[in-house]
Amino acid sequence: MNLTINGKQESIEKPLTLEALVAAKNLCPEKIVVEHNLRIVARGDWPKVTLGDKDSIEIVSFVGGG
Amino acid sequence: MEDLLPLGGRKIKNRLLIGTGKFASYPLMQKALEAAQPDIVTVALRRVDAGSKTDNILDFIPKSCLLMTNTSGARNADEAARIARLAKASGAGTWIKIEVVQDNKYLLPDNLETLKAVEILVKEGFTVLPYMSPDLSMAKRMAEAGAAAVMPLGAPIGSNRGVKTRELVNILIREIKIPVIVDAGLGSPSDACECMEMGCAAVLVNTAIAIAQDPANMARAFKDAVEAGRRAYLAGLPASGTEASASSPLTGFLRDDAFSR
Repeated sequence: MNLTINGKQESIEKPLTLEALVAAKNLCPEKIVVEHNLRIVARGDWPKVTLGDKDSIEIVSFVGGG
Repeated sequence: MEDLLPLGGRKIKNRLLIGTGKFASYPLMQKALEAAQPDIVTVALRRVDAGSKTDNILDFIPKSCLLMTNTSGARNADEAARIARLAKASGAGTWIKIEVVQDNKYLLPDNLETLKAVEILVKEGFTVLPYMSPDLSMAKRMAEAGAAAVMPLGAPIGSNRGVKTRELVNILIREIKIPVIVDAGLGSPSDACECMEMGCAAVLVNTAIAIAQDPANMARAFKDAVEAGRRAYLAGLPASGTEASASSPLTGFLRDDAFSR
């Protein structure tokens, strides 16, 4: 199954939830915002979203900026 | 009476807004913010690096600061709106500095897309402050569309060149009813002071503080300069002339011909 995560192609073997993806990537949940197929998903809903083939995920966080 | 700036339904005490980019470290940034005590600081949103364990910048910004997320990286109104919605979802609030740039050399804003972004985001309940080129008709449209302020550039971002747009910014100050906040290009406290003397409501400074040898001291210097400039504006600057106008009396000189007057 192929996913686009932050613009990069990645493949996963079995279906997984957004929550599992964030955990697998060692990301701190409090720090990030996640968009699934251009729809923002609240942190509480991560376990409810199972990723499918060709899904697009954006994971962003705050950085310094003027 | 306290001189507060009404902005986006709030009352802002410190007219120096500070950007958080380019600091050598988050602790250095934190020291600068503690030294200048801004009411408003800007941050940006970026894709995370997989596996990155970097610190959370928000932990280094004093809780008393209002966060304003910029939409840097956006090339059109829709991308700016998307970034604004992500910022809101992150819990950073609904204050957005709209920054739509297509030109990578000078980082000059695209006023037309910026206006579109203002229209979209105001309807969604955001408090929007558009970074823009100081164009009067565009600034009027931004105000009509519900922008909380306009943020004309003084000079290209990070150029430290000062208020090169002075004449145009002056026109905005005279003609626009919402606050005018000069953003970008201010390189020294005297530049910030100049803006405030002109009657700007506030200024936003990032690079000049962040890359100073001692950012905390520079932040404090900018704060003092902004206060001095604001005080001078409120006091009413006298008109300038081309000839001398003596400040000492022109009578009673200690010389012979003084009596013949």
